[in-house]
Amino acid sequence: MAEIDKPMLLEWYRQMFLIRQFENQCDVLYKEKKITGVYMHLYSGLEATGVGALAALRPSDHVITAYRDHGIALARGMDPKVAMAEMMGKRTGCSGGKGGSMHLASREHNFWGGYAIVGGHLPLAAGIALESRYNGKDDVVLSFIGDGATNNGYFHEAVNLSAVWDLPVVWLIENNGYGMGTPVEVASGQPELHKRAVAYGIKDMGRVDGQNVVDVYNVVTKAVEYARKKGPVLIESLTYRYKGHGVSDRSYDKLAELRDWQQKDPILVLQDYLCKHFECIEEELKDIERAEMAAVHAAVEFAEDSEAPTYEDLISHIYVEE
Amino acid sequence: MADKNMPMREALRMALREEMIRDERVFVMGEEVGAWQGTHRVTRGFLEEFGEKRVRDTPISEMAIAGAAVGAAMAGLRPVAEIMTINFAFLSLDAIVNHAAKIHYMFNGQFRVPMVIRAASGWGDQATATHSHTPEPIFAHFPGLYVGCPATPRDAKGMLKAAIRDDNPVLFTESIALYPKPGFVPEEDDFVLPIGKADIKREGRHVTLVTYARGVEWSLQAAEQLAKEGVECEVVDLRWLRPLDTATVFESFQKTNRCVVVEESLPYYSVGSEIAAQIQEHMFDYMDAPVKRVSAMDVPLPYAREIELMALPNAQKVVDAVREII
Ligand SMILES: Cc1ncc(C[n+]2csc(CCOP(=O)(O)OP(=O)(O)O)c2C)c(N)n1
Ligand SMILES: [Mg+2]
Repeated sequence: MAEIDKPMLLEWYRQMFLIRQFENQCDVLYKEKKITGVYMHLYSGLEATGVGALAALRPSDHVITAYRDHGIALARGMDPKVAMAEMMGKRTGCSGGKGGSMHLASREHNFWGGYAIVGGHLPLAAGIALESRYNGKDDVVLSFIGDGATNNGYFHEAVNLSAVWDLPVVWLIENNGYGMGTPVEVASGQPELHKRAVAYGIKDMGRVDGQNVVDVYNVVTKAVEYARKKGPVLIESLTYRYKGHGVSDRSYDKLAELRDWQQKDPILVLQDYLCKHFECIEEELKDIERAEMAAVHAAVEFAEDSEAPTYEDLISHIYVEE
Repeated sequence: MADKNMPMREALRMALREEMIRDERVFVMGEEVGAWQGTHRVTRGFLEEFGEKRVRDTPISEMAIAGAAVGAAMAGLRPVAEIMTINFAFLSLDAIVNHAAKIHYMFNGQFRVPMVIRAASGWGDQATATHSHTPEPIFAHFPGLYVGCPATPRDAKGMLKAAIRDDNPVLFTESIALYPKPGFVPEEDDFVLPIGKADIKREGRHVTLVTYARGVEWSLQAAEQLAKEGVECEVVDLRWLRPLDTATVFESFQKTNRCVVVEESLPYYSVGSEIAAQIQEHMFDYMDAPVKRVSAMDVPLPYAREIELMALPNAQKVVDAVREII
């Protein structure tokens, strides 16, 4: 395992701060009706899980997730400009304005996309992992899973398939406590979701504090090593969504709970860690924050200045045409 | 090389085998495709010849079979996934419709999904209500997917090879009743038929019979019988429900000015509905009679032989329909 050094920590801080800024900006733009549509699910509060997990991968490894995908896209290195342009439905967006908030993807980053059918991307993760094994590579697939998604048939079928085919998949459950309005305990007979691993005979890597990027990095690094050499593993990361399920939420009345979680805000947790370990780091953090605020600002400008898709875009890429 | 006489299942097997030899990326996956030798024997001998890596038995997991095929195809392999019978593909519907068919478009061309789902389809063996579906039109509803339904061993080979070589997802159905039916098949391993091209299975000038898969046989039998009465039917085998070769249908219709659509599927929202709509919309000036439809009856399929057969289309029903408009 790579020793965690200061540049790594600062890079994680940068990514987490960027995601938070990006999501706050999306929130504002949605209220201003510059981002439209009925679906937008923000990653605020979950930054440490996404950033810590992705830091454990190499560029040739693969990432796939559900519709809460902005943070994953940015942590994987997607330019905030093309992410924001997609949010605004512009043809310069990563998916040409045809995918929207829930369907960010970047082939060049081996980010295989956000998927909006709960659980639907899980067998895709297995299939991508099969290609790696089939061609004798040792790349792994990191597949995020919502706590709610663990109750749909895709979870069962995909995880079991990964077990019987020995596929290099790290199944990472983002347990943020809810699937829409339904708490985990209400939806799952076994609310300790990592224990599902036992049922499939795959490696159970237990629970991790999803607010702590260092902890997430450490456990996912072990999981990736295991998946590369042996086979599938399951991890459960405990975290929280700050902005509710999405813009379709009705009143969000869990303020007390939200405040509790904000006590261990992933960005603050990392700030504390950095300040404890490195002297006079505050100025460096401020510089990072200024730069990322500017990056998000530039992304909004870029998106606003971009063209809407055309009729040609509407009818292109329905089929591969050579 | 001369054409060789063989049943459709052997033609399919030949096509699949040739493509696996030709392209390392092609592999088969599905329930009982390996050790069991394939429920319909299309993959007979494959496990021995190609090994476990390329002949992959799966658990009974239709969602994962289709979904994993999508992922593998996106990543650069060329999966041929078998769904034992199309009745079970309803469990795969989401992966096929929401992912196989949409991913290329939704991510603006970043990913391709070169996969084939093969499924046995059809009814008439007292398989009863849940095991007697021919839902090809449901799949043909969705842009992004191709749907192929061969009627002869020759077409089966050429169409399956085309499906495997194409970069788009293809749902490929094989009529269970046609598996044992023989026909002459080119032995060349470059015999590939174009996707989306219909075929005139019999020429005629009085009525166009538009059909596919098992309907071709009923249509040819009906045409034979009607020819004795001096009525010449042209039998257009669509071969593909998507892309739909309306050009060939229209060309035939301009000559005959009459049409009967013959299909094994249910009548509502069917191929018959679509062809009738296309003809009235684009060929109105050529119409001499309403478009007739022969299909399964609009009932769930029962067990008892006597009443099951009542619900099935057949050559006589086609003859009757033609007589109504001639
Ligand atoms: C198959 C399916 N059923 C229902 C929905 C509606 N839906 C969208 S998100 C969601 C909750 C999923 O919760 P979880 O997996 O925990 O992810 P989170 O939103 O917490 O990230 C539901 C029910 C859907 N998109 N797909
Ligand atoms: Mg959740």
